[in-house]
Amino acid sequence: MLKIAVIGGRETVMGFKALGLETFPAADAGEASRVLRSLTRDSGDYAIIYIEENLAAQLSSEIDKFKDSPTPAIILIPGREGSLGLGQTALKAAVERAVGTNILGD
Amino acid sequence: MASTAVTPTRMVLNQLKGRLRTARRGHKLLKDKRDELMRQFMDVVKLNKQLRIRVEEGLTGAFASLQVASAIMSPEMLEQALLYPRQSVELGLKYRNIMSVNVPEYSFHTKNNDPSEIYPYGFAQTSGELDDALDKLARVFQDMLELAQVEKTMQLLAEEIEKTRRRVNALEYVMIPELEGNIKYISMKLEENENSTKVRLLKVKEMVLQDAHDYK
Repeated sequence: MLKIAVIGGRETVMGFKALGLETFPAADAGEASRVLRSLTRDSGDYAIIYIEENLAAQLSSEIDKFKDSPTPAIILIPGREGSLGLGQTALKAAVERAVGTNILGD
Repeated sequence: MASTAVTPTRMVLNQLKGRLRTARRGHKLLKDKRDELMRQFMDVVKLNKQLRIRVEEGLTGAFASLQVASAIMSPEMLEQALLYPRQSVELGLKYRNIMSVNVPEYSFHTKNNDPSEIYPYGFAQTSGELDDALDKLARVFQDMLELAQVEKTMQLLAEEIEKTRRRVNALEYVMIPELEGNIKYISMKLEENENSTKVRLLKVKEMVLQDAHDYK
């Protein structure tokens, strides 16, 4: 059976633990990148990895590596401080990639 | 024009004509594929946009509740309350085929189906805000799962559209014009050869006749 991982600040992931997801607290981007790498190394185990935006901001090159593979899906979630808008940026990037220009108009 | 060296023979001409036909058909098919992918993609993008907003709002709300809970309870207490989850999530993964793109489809089962079973602690020592926070989180999690599916689908479709678009353009602006140029070049060359043969024959005939007259 596949698993879902959550990477983020200690307080962010705390709540998800109660939901039964596997949580990996990471204090900074370096730690997050180590965790991400170990989670994706023997890939197939984790189908979805949620990662906090402020950590993901510094890991974009590693996250982009998984964009074209069916698993794992790496999804950005806002942290405690609220949304940074990075998720929307990813959406726009995908549209731009497919269409050639941003047609969403914002 | 004929950029690559083509031998102006009838055999090559036939080959090129065949390739042009294939290229035209491929171009048409790929163009249809691109259009359909694009249509699907736009639906997915719209859905993704809505879900993203919903998830971000939901999570912000849940975190705010959690913040309140952590302000009321001592950090040790909070940690302890959430230390051992009662719920566990199992994720099933299937693939769906959209225009030959395999996109994931998740299904998830929670071990405990009772929604009141998400609280991994006794109610005596925890505050009601924590219950509230977990409840909100559990609700937003449904959307988060869907978001993961939609977002991955969007990324995979975007990649496929990019590839298809490139192929369509390569066929339309490089392959087909080049083939057409080559075909034109060969047919002109063949015509030229034919003309020169005809002229040569006429000339020879004239010379032969001339000779015949002189003998006379």
